[in-house]
Amino acid sequence: MTQRLRGVLMPLYAVVTGLILGAVIMAVARYNPWSAYVALFSGAFGNLSAIGTTITYAVPLVLTGLGIALAFRAGLFNIGAEGQYWMGAIVAVWIGYHFAAWPWYIHIPVAALAAMLAGALWGGVIPGLTKAFVGAHEVITTMMLSYIAIFFGHYLLEQGPMMAPGFIPQSPAVTASATIPYAPWLPTLTGGFWITLVVIALTHILLFHTTLGYKLRAVGANAAAARYGGMNVAWFTVLSLGLSGALAGLAGALQMLGVEGQLSDTFSSGYGYTAIVVALLARNNPIGILFSGIFFAALSAGSQSMQIDSGVSPYMTDVITGIIVFFVAADRLYTYVRVRRARPTGAVGEVRA
Amino acid sequence: MSVVGQVFGNPELYASTLAMATPLALPALGGTFSERTGVVNIAMEGNMLVGAFFGVMIAAATHSSWLGLLAGALAGGILSLSLAWAAIRLQADQVVVGMAVNLFAAGITAFLFNTIYGPNGTPPNTPFLPTVTIPGLYQIPFIGPILGQQNVLVYIMLLLVVVSHYVLFHTTLGLRMRAVGEHPEASDTVGINVARLRYLGVFLGGLLAGLGGVFLSIGLLNSFDVGMTDGRGYIALAAMIFGKWTPLGSLGAALLFGFATALSFALQGIGISSNLVAMLPYALTIIALTGLIGRSRPPAADGIPYAPTK
Amino acid sequence: MSTLEIRHLRKAFPGVIANDDVNLLVQSGETHAILGENGAGKSTLIKMISGLYQPDQGEILIDGEARRFDTPRDAIHVGIGVVHQHFMLIPALTVAENVVLGSELSKGRFQRSKTEAAVAEISRSFGLPLDPSARVRDLSVGMQQRIEIVKALYRKVRILILDEPTAVLTPQETRELFVVMRQLKAEGIPIVFISHKLEEVREIADTVTVMRLGKTVQTHPVAGTTSAQLANWMVGRDVVFSDHPPASTGIGDTLLEVDRLTVLDERKVQAVRALTFAVRAGEIYGVAGIDGNGQTELVEAIAGLRPVQSGVIRFQGRSLAKVGVRGRLRAGISYVPQDRQRDGLVLTFTLTENLMLRDLSRPFSRGGFLTRKAARQRAQELLTEFDVRPDNPSALAGSLSGGNQQKVILAREVASRPKLLIAVQPTRGLDVGAIEGIHRQLLRLRDEGNAVLLVSLELEEILALADRIAVMHAGQIITELPRDQADIETIGLAMTGERRAAVTSEEGST
Repeated sequence: MTQRLRGVLMPLYAVVTGLILGAVIMAVARYNPWSAYVALFSGAFGNLSAIGTTITYAVPLVLTGLGIALAFRAGLFNIGAEGQYWMGAIVAVWIGYHFAAWPWYIHIPVAALAAMLAGALWGGVIPGLTKAFVGAHEVITTMMLSYIAIFFGHYLLEQGPMMAPGFIPQSPAVTASATIPYAPWLPTLTGGFWITLVVIALTHILLFHTTLGYKLRAVGANAAAARYGGMNVAWFTVLSLGLSGALAGLAGALQMLGVEGQLSDTFSSGYGYTAIVVALLARNNPIGILFSGIFFAALSAGSQSMQIDSGVSPYMTDVITGIIVFFVAADRLYTYVRVRRARPTGAVGEVRA
Repeated sequence: MSVVGQVFGNPELYASTLAMATPLALPALGGTFSERTGVVNIAMEGNMLVGAFFGVMIAAATHSSWLGLLAGALAGGILSLSLAWAAIRLQADQVVVGMAVNLFAAGITAFLFNTIYGPNGTPPNTPFLPTVTIPGLYQIPFIGPILGQQNVLVYIMLLLVVVSHYVLFHTTLGLRMRAVGEHPEASDTVGINVARLRYLGVFLGGLLAGLGGVFLSIGLLNSFDVGMTDGRGYIALAAMIFGKWTPLGSLGAALLFGFATALSFALQGIGISSNLVAMLPYALTIIALTGLIGRSRPPAADGIPYAPTK
Repeated sequence: MSTLEIRHLRKAFPGVIANDDVNLLVQSGETHAILGENGAGKSTLIKMISGLYQPDQGEILIDGEARRFDTPRDAIHVGIGVVHQHFMLIPALTVAENVVLGSELSKGRFQRSKTEAAVAEISRSFGLPLDPSARVRDLSVGMQQRIEIVKALYRKVRILILDEPTAVLTPQETRELFVVMRQLKAEGIPIVFISHKLEEVREIADTVTVMRLGKTVQTHPVAGTTSAQLANWMVGRDVVFSDHPPASTGIGDTLLEVDRLTVLDERKVQAVRALTFAVRAGEIYGVAGIDGNGQTELVEAIAGLRPVQSGVIRFQGRSLAKVGVRGRLRAGISYVPQDRQRDGLVLTFTLTENLMLRDLSRPFSRGGFLTRKAARQRAQELLTEFDVRPDNPSALAGSLSGGNQQKVILAREVASRPKLLIAVQPTRGLDVGAIEGIHRQLLRLRDEGNAVLLVSLELEEILALADRIAVMHAGQIITELPRDQADIETIGLAMTGERRAAVTSEEGST
């Protein structure tokens, strides 16, 4: 029970610390932190339309965050979700504009599944195999592959094979048959949100109610014991990184098919990195990820009105995010303050557990 | 002359390579110090950004590019102490903390930039770091334009590579730093202060990465822009790995990656996508890690917190 | 000429008193052995003498002067040199760099050639030839130990402490070490020799202090002792050979056959060499031996965790070559691993989750889905049956005491109704009550007609439980005796590998 309480309290401490230090920085810069936070909040949740926008922002963060959490649960750090997200978007948008004759019930699933496959290959198969067989650290390989994917995307769009006619580096728009509609009663809420809810539920079930998820968690919590339990650690390395990449790919697909409609070279500014933060703050709990995803989406959705209403640079939210992540990782500090003695075990597993 | 000859026969390409390698080599060197003592440092990007910002800010305020240089390097060093504290004292996950530092740095530099300078950006009369011409060398054909005339920080970088190599591999301090990164417990039993050397390694890493940022903001340009490091901290990480955690190797890798960048500019003229060339450093790093061209292995205790038992 | 005196030293950790009223007097120029079983408190004592731990109470005196060591540096400074059981060497550095690390010739430039010359000079003058420019990672274990000794000599050691130095050595290397030790003694350097091997103590030491359960129980000149006497002090007089459980009654068919098995360790060295033996139903087959003689590799090969280089393992007549970990479990082979926290349990998982670690079949899951309620119920039954405290299926494994953790592992392994249970060091670090409970379980399994393969470094445990006793040395079984022919001296001597010629065993074809 205390364990569960700790799981909720520690991230809360980190959030509060981030908000307080953010307020201090704003105060030093002669802004009124209170009015800035009020503007931030009302920008994100002030009315139904704003809530819809915030949730739409949250969708790729939550999906990618779920993937990253799956990898963390298996003891792996997928730091390159950004590139897997790009790969998913590239594949989804290509299928989305290329096969105009398909009916929607084939077009959308095929585009989404192909995007997941692309993300899985990029995030899982290459880093997973190199980790399992030559011991190359997945933090480095996923990061490097991520950059390759992003440059690949830019290559396709900037005078490349996927550039739409004209001078703007962007792809053609996906056809109506591949478009996921917004909610008719709330035109700012993407239809991808419903898919996201389903994926959250499926991830939760996978992790906590199936033997596969049990094994995956066992591998992550203690690889030696998992081996002794008869589990193939190499296979779970590939599998969990693959699932992780697939979810990032799905996030890219939903962003293309349900929000942006076409790929441009300004696509994604660090969603893949924010998603790591989303997973960490939720301590890799799928349901928690919904809330932490919405929290970080609210920070960016509200930052514009924070600027308009109180003049604070929208980048302030990045500062706050950085501080929160710092204190999530350094959570020993809170224990430390209370007990005034460090615990004997390393912190690495803890952040990831 | 053929197109290839035009591209590769032009000394400008190589001069540009050296300039492009500098903001990679400096943080790669910094990362080498940090990781050699056992602290994984993916915060080079953030250290560079604060270096770039405070370099411009102090240079503009004092009208001295040298004070800007000093301030930028120090800013990188000071920011990196937060990583050091979390990694060493709190035994936090170093990759996560490094990411936090990068996020924070991106946010705080952009915030300060907007808040202090507003929409007009940094003052146009901010001083540069000077470009130096070495008289005798500059006159030599082909070599001269490459090595004889560069920004002063390029020469400082080359000097720092040599000094770092000497410190790491030919001094007692360097021996101890490497020992701490390989086997902290063994170092502890012979009376070496593990935490102190790790702080030093991370701090030096921050200083050097900050200097790399300074080169971008008041070396190549005289202004700051939001996110101007543009992932160079991560390429530097790749250069450090590709260079097998050594100063000379880091320089070599930085030169290779710098060449790729310089080449991509040159090739744009003849219609080859710069984006494809830009993938090269990352692809090479993965190949280096998988052992296809000489396996690259990190220091044994890299990234592992050391908790002495009492 | 220095002396080391320890007075009433005490060190407690949460839940354990590791050292209590430890007293020791090491005279100048003597080799003083500290003898004790694993867990008797020898390592804690060494860590306090070397400044890694600080004592809670008591004094350490060097040449009659009380000293306090806050850090290892303080201990080095007064001339205490420790060769740890796990070498404190840096594989990536050279011999010379390792030797001088922390006490380099100068602060600025690292004077490589001067350093190497100094190291060569020391190693030569003490008869310990070394190549100062070689990388440590390329050297053998014996060479590495030599570096550790040179490291101490370089630091002008006044008292040399060797922590279980022979545990990792081959017999030849051990002999070489003893030559070096005699030479150091001739130089007047007092040596503290920590060991749990009686014969070695008798061979090399002048005086012996015996530790048991964290206390020093006896100090005696070696000359006037016998091995039996030392053994009795070590384990407590009345434990040995008393309280024998009834021997096996019904020996059945052969269950496990190991035939000319060869297995490699991590360094690709043959750890098990063409080893042959068989275990039958209804018996406890005990494997005794000094740590590091291939026991771990043998057991892991049988459990399916380590590849076999050559030879065959058969279970109930069927080769296991193509059977994985789970397949072996299903065939009826259970395994209690040596390191319960590293291999046996997932400490951040609940007890229920740990109880299904090796076998996820019903009632723990159905059709790929976990069946939480049934699993919990089953876990509750097992916890109650095996008397685990707390018997709460939702408790985290990491929150249990060592004894209860071991009971959880045993519950899981016994619950799968094994025909063969492999247990490695099943009672290591446990208190008396827990040990008894676990021994009862092993005996019960045997009496129900199953086989137990018991591997232990505690000779007493083997003698108390096993129906047949094998001694492993250097990757081979060199002695195999029925219990009624075994005694602690025969077995103890065999563990050193010396009785090899005299033994008529099933060594067979090697």
